[in-house]
Amino acid sequence: MKLQRHGTLACLALTATLALSACGSDNNEPASPSASGSSAAADCATGTLNAQGSSAQKNAMAEWIKAYQQKCQGVTINYEPSGSGAGIEAFIAGTADFAGSDSALKEDQQPKADARCATGKAVNLPMVIGPVAVAYNLTGVENLQLKPATLAKIFAGKITKWDDAAIKADNPDAKLPATAIQTVHRSDSSGTTDNFTDFLGKTAEADWTFGKAKEWKAPGGTGAKGSDGVASRVKGAEGAIGYMEWSFAENAGLGIAKVGNGAGEFAELTAESAGKTIQGAAIEGQGNDLKMKIDYNTKEAGAYPIVLVTYEIVCEKGTAADKLPLVKGFLGYAASTEGQAELTELGYAPLPETVRTKVETAVTSLS
Amino acid sequence: MGDIPHRSANAGTGGSPVTNGYGSPAGASARTAEAPVSTRTPDGPGLGGGGALPRARRFGAERAFRGLTLAAGTAVLVVIAAIAVFLIIKAVPALRANTENFWTFEGWFPNDPEPKFGIGALAFGTVLSSVIALLLAVPVALGIALYLSHYAPRRLGTSLGFLIDLLAAVPSVVFGLWGRDYFSGPVRDFSAWLNTYFGWIPLFGGDGPFGASILLGALVLAIMVLPIITSLSREVFLQTPTANEEAALALGATRWEMLRTAVLPYGRPGIIAAVMLGLGRALGETIALALTLGITFNISFNLIENGGNTIAANIANAFGEANETGRGALIASGLVLFAITLIVNITARAIIYRRREFTESAA
Repeated sequence: MKLQRHGTLACLALTATLALSACGSDNNEPASPSASGSSAAADCATGTLNAQGSSAQKNAMAEWIKAYQQKCQGVTINYEPSGSGAGIEAFIAGTADFAGSDSALKEDQQPKADARCATGKAVNLPMVIGPVAVAYNLTGVENLQLKPATLAKIFAGKITKWDDAAIKADNPDAKLPATAIQTVHRSDSSGTTDNFTDFLGKTAEADWTFGKAKEWKAPGGTGAKGSDGVASRVKGAEGAIGYMEWSFAENAGLGIAKVGNGAGEFAELTAESAGKTIQGAAIEGQGNDLKMKIDYNTKEAGAYPIVLVTYEIVCEKGTAADKLPLVKGFLGYAASTEGQAELTELGYAPLPETVRTKVETAVTSLS
Repeated sequence: MGDIPHRSANAGTGGSPVTNGYGSPAGASARTAEAPVSTRTPDGPGLGGGGALPRARRFGAERAFRGLTLAAGTAVLVVIAAIAVFLIIKAVPALRANTENFWTFEGWFPNDPEPKFGIGALAFGTVLSSVIALLLAVPVALGIALYLSHYAPRRLGTSLGFLIDLLAAVPSVVFGLWGRDYFSGPVRDFSAWLNTYFGWIPLFGGDGPFGASILLGALVLAIMVLPIITSLSREVFLQTPTANEEAALALGATRWEMLRTAVLPYGRPGIIAAVMLGLGRALGETIALALTLGITFNISFNLIENGGNTIAANIANAFGEANETGRGALIASGLVLFAITLIVNITARAIIYRRREFTESAA
């Protein structure tokens, strides 16, 4: 199971890389000097970059690193998925050239990060959108639809049977069995839990009283380590439901629930529907700092509301001169249309064009 | 594996017993297993020299070696003291920041603005899962060891022994993934069966869900500690003096009576040491339990309902996203685990010392 899943992932990644590298060698080497608009995307520099942080974006990073290293000779980029907190610590300590994080720098972290960037400040660049899937294992029920309030009640343990009136109200056409609901949550602290509980708190205040945190605070339910653990546990038990990064739900072949959004419709999880939520998100940061505020109650038609934005945290100014071209080159590639296009296959959603251009501009102006 | 502890055991006889006990459990266990042997071939006069030998020189190889072993022994103590000091220094600020009782609060939220965390449920889960794992593993391991040493044909015994040792080389994450993805199914069915027929025993009560439970964790742990206990006790059993065995047989004992009267009493300190080593591994096991347990923060003797948590598994789960207080809290939990292990080791030593006197007089 596990092996198979990894195998599939690896195959996907490999195919994507091969396809890419083929394109790369065909198009870029001769084309990049002449290509006018997106020349930044293929900017090559040499040297070594060390980065670490969020494990939610590790597959995206692995893919970008492979592709970028194949394009550019003499480049080594290491990304250690040690967790957002550890990534930011390492960035502040100067051992990481940039950090990947599930959340933008917090107020108490910002001054320390700014201090690290001798002459400038540290900025948050949204780079990867990771939709959070609510996956379930219930024989005979497809296209499950859940309103945020119902979801909150399920995960708070207030609804314990699948044929509860609230679930029936959301799914008038489905035949719901009287199976007991088993909720599965992350046992390790994670940005996925943080976003999911944030979503529940913002959209179903009355039913979710456990606040938002990286640790699961609601009583009951079963914990599982990592999104793969949650997927495995949901797959292993009839009547189970859990939240996880999208790719894991897909790879495990689990049913993914449609989630009610602020517009009052049930949205299916697709790269496009997740992108719509980001498109509607406000940018809170100033200048090149593109810290975003996601509106989980988004009124955007067809938007899938549970999404996680992961950032790259870099110095706007003050990156060491020998690293700067490589940081710009690599992040520029990640933010390019080509880099973002690779994400869909990995279970991420690409940045909406409006946001992507802003990120690309911000990367170009790093100095 | 089998031979090395003996060599270190002989080398270790010069060192102080305390350092041996904490620093090198493998050597220590084998040493105790060997101890009765040393009474058989007294090393005191052999090493010290007989009457005719010249007196030791002031700076001879003898003294140099003694100095070396002393240094090695001291180094272990220094390292342990340094670890303890480091843990305490890092843990104290987090413990001060804790707004709940560290011993009784059931939960682990040290990253909140008002940090709340408690070790009680974790320590309880650690001990419970390890003890159950040992209860399951020890009888099987001793059975295997006795079969390999006294029943199996020589050649079969050797090759089976190799296989068991191979089991010890399987990384714990493999056991964990296997437990999570495959073994949890049968355990869930078995738990449901236990619940139906033995639900009146609190251990098997509750109304589900079952599967990702202390029972699953303990079963996986049992498989992991099995090779350690098996190989060590097999080596111990093989050391039984042939004279003792033959004497028992000559007095008319059956094979089983010979094992009971000659082999088991002789090997008892070794068995205890092997079990303690297994317990050490079980207490410290991290990733296999983080993957198999249902991770809840409550103190419950229910073995089959989803849940359970241990100190080491909690460290694996919480470390990645921990802030400064969070890491301090985890280190404090590490300190508690350190203390638990220390207590277990000291208890084991005490038992072995008592038993050894008994065995020596019996032998």
